[in-house]
Amino acid sequence: MSEKVLMKGNEAIAEAAIRSGCRYYLGYPITPQTEIAAYMAKRMPKIGGTFLQAESEISAINMVYGVACSGKRCMTSSSSPGISLKCEGLSYLAACDLPSVIVNVQRGGPGLGGIQPSQSDYFQATKGSGHGDFRMIVLAPSSVQEMADLTSLAFDLADKHRMPSMILADGTIGQMMEPVELSDTMHETHYEKPWACTGTNLKREHNIINSLILKPEILEQLNIERYKKYEVVEKEEVRYEEFMMDDAEICIVAFGIASRVSKSAIVEARKQGIKVGLIRPITLWPFPSEPIKAAADKVKSFISVELSMGQLIYDVQLAEECRKPVYLCSRVGGMIVSPDYVLNKIVEVNNLGGEN
Amino acid sequence: MVVFKKPHALTDVPMHYCPGCTHGIIHRLVAEAIDELGIEGRTVGVASVGCSVMSYDYFNCDMVEAAHGRAPAVATGLKRSMPENIIFTYQGDGDLAAIGTAETVHAASRGENITVIFVNNAIYGMTGGQMAPTSLPGQITQTTPYGRDVTKQGYPVKVCELLSGLDGPTYLERVSVDTPQAVKKAKKAITKAFRNQVEGKGFSLVEVLSTCPTNWGLTPVESLKWCRENMIPYYPLGVYRDKGAEK
Repeated sequence: MSEKVLMKGNEAIAEAAIRSGCRYYLGYPITPQTEIAAYMAKRMPKIGGTFLQAESEISAINMVYGVACSGKRCMTSSSSPGISLKCEGLSYLAACDLPSVIVNVQRGGPGLGGIQPSQSDYFQATKGSGHGDFRMIVLAPSSVQEMADLTSLAFDLADKHRMPSMILADGTIGQMMEPVELSDTMHETHYEKPWACTGTNLKREHNIINSLILKPEILEQLNIERYKKYEVVEKEEVRYEEFMMDDAEICIVAFGIASRVSKSAIVEARKQGIKVGLIRPITLWPFPSEPIKAAADKVKSFISVELSMGQLIYDVQLAEECRKPVYLCSRVGGMIVSPDYVLNKIVEVNNLGGEN
Repeated sequence: MVVFKKPHALTDVPMHYCPGCTHGIIHRLVAEAIDELGIEGRTVGVASVGCSVMSYDYFNCDMVEAAHGRAPAVATGLKRSMPENIIFTYQGDGDLAAIGTAETVHAASRGENITVIFVNNAIYGMTGGQMAPTSLPGQITQTTPYGRDVTKQGYPVKVCELLSGLDGPTYLERVSVDTPQAVKKAKKAITKAFRNQVEGKGFSLVEVLSTCPTNWGLTPVESLKWCRENMIPYYPLGVYRDKGAEK
């Protein structure tokens, strides 16, 4: 049994988190994700959970760190400028191998930027979410349904691999309303957490959760071990969608709202006889390099459609090993690519015929 | 007959503190309080960044190390998710009163049911003796080589006085450990700060005036004297808030 309801994307994240066993939400208001906090403030007290409005994003992420140390499922959410403030905490969460879920409903930047949708935190989420060598699992929903489903997945992956996972959404998907099916099967999967600091009960040695390692040979080894874990994640957790790729000569790569607009443009381009398809990364890290690499054998060119000045495009080029040209189709600052805008780019690229 | 022994709540790991530093005394007082209240098995401590960062090795209870200044936020997360556990932070002046001022003020303001042990030695010890938010006017440090000039570097932060302006805290007391009598009083205050939490009374903070012979450039004995003659007059000892005692 499951129920179908009409929800905002942000609310779907909150409800899915609760259904996945999250009873601790620590946050700080920022547009365009505040509905998550509002939803949690309303629901958590009714189900024995904790909603806490922190004094800053920095404090909120450190409260998440505290809850995560107890082994309980917990979440924070914010939008771009707020995520910058959380980056210190993300580094510590990763360094201490603490499962946690962080939501970024992106808005235009840099600086205070605007409050309209953007995808310009792609680098930050996938490459530089804080100091030091570390990764986060980054999931990119493209519908309200996926806001729910990927949130639930984010909790499972965080627990399974003992690392922070991020939902990298954008203001469009956060704010828009769509029917969403909330599965009754969504639940908290049990993971043993012998590392948690829950008190020794005088029955075991004390647990220490710490990231200060002063001996370089030990710190190096810990980094190497952590990257072995990341290799497993890269092997097991890649998720993506292919759309009209069977006979495609042009391959669009896009995620989130940009992928949805791209699909409309692809359908229109097909009507004009242009063979174009889409590879949509669902996990931005680990990145679906293999299907893009495989596509490079068949297509004449790629188009990276994104709401940033060209960030995703680098991963596309790396994945296809620069064998085919990759063109950028983007709008930024809170402006969104329209289906016509993408279609024009498809036509332009089609006319080039795959030549640089 | 055993007349003196190491508290169970302390491990056997040799401490790294400099000779004459009073962190060792304060660690012991915290451990004695934990022993006496019988709470070691359900206590989780939060170490902070500074000289006491490695206190996670010295306390026998579960320990979490927090980012610089964030211990009260981390403790909040721990306490909210494990209300039956006893959560304490052990923080220095730079951690608590400079980089972590917001976390301190707001945890206190929320009346989080946690215990904060605040060690004030008026200097950044770990990084080699720079000005702390609590360095005294005129005090010479690495970053105030001509003495702390209050017209340029501002005045010291008086944490107990600052927090006593809030409705949230339950218990605020400033103590010192410069004499055996003072150590006894400090022990009483620290024990009370833990007992308050056991009894669900709310936010308790004990500020302990401490010494830093290495960075003050004094002998251990001179340091205790300097604390007595310079710090205590500026940071008066006593109870700044005790909701339990208010009728």
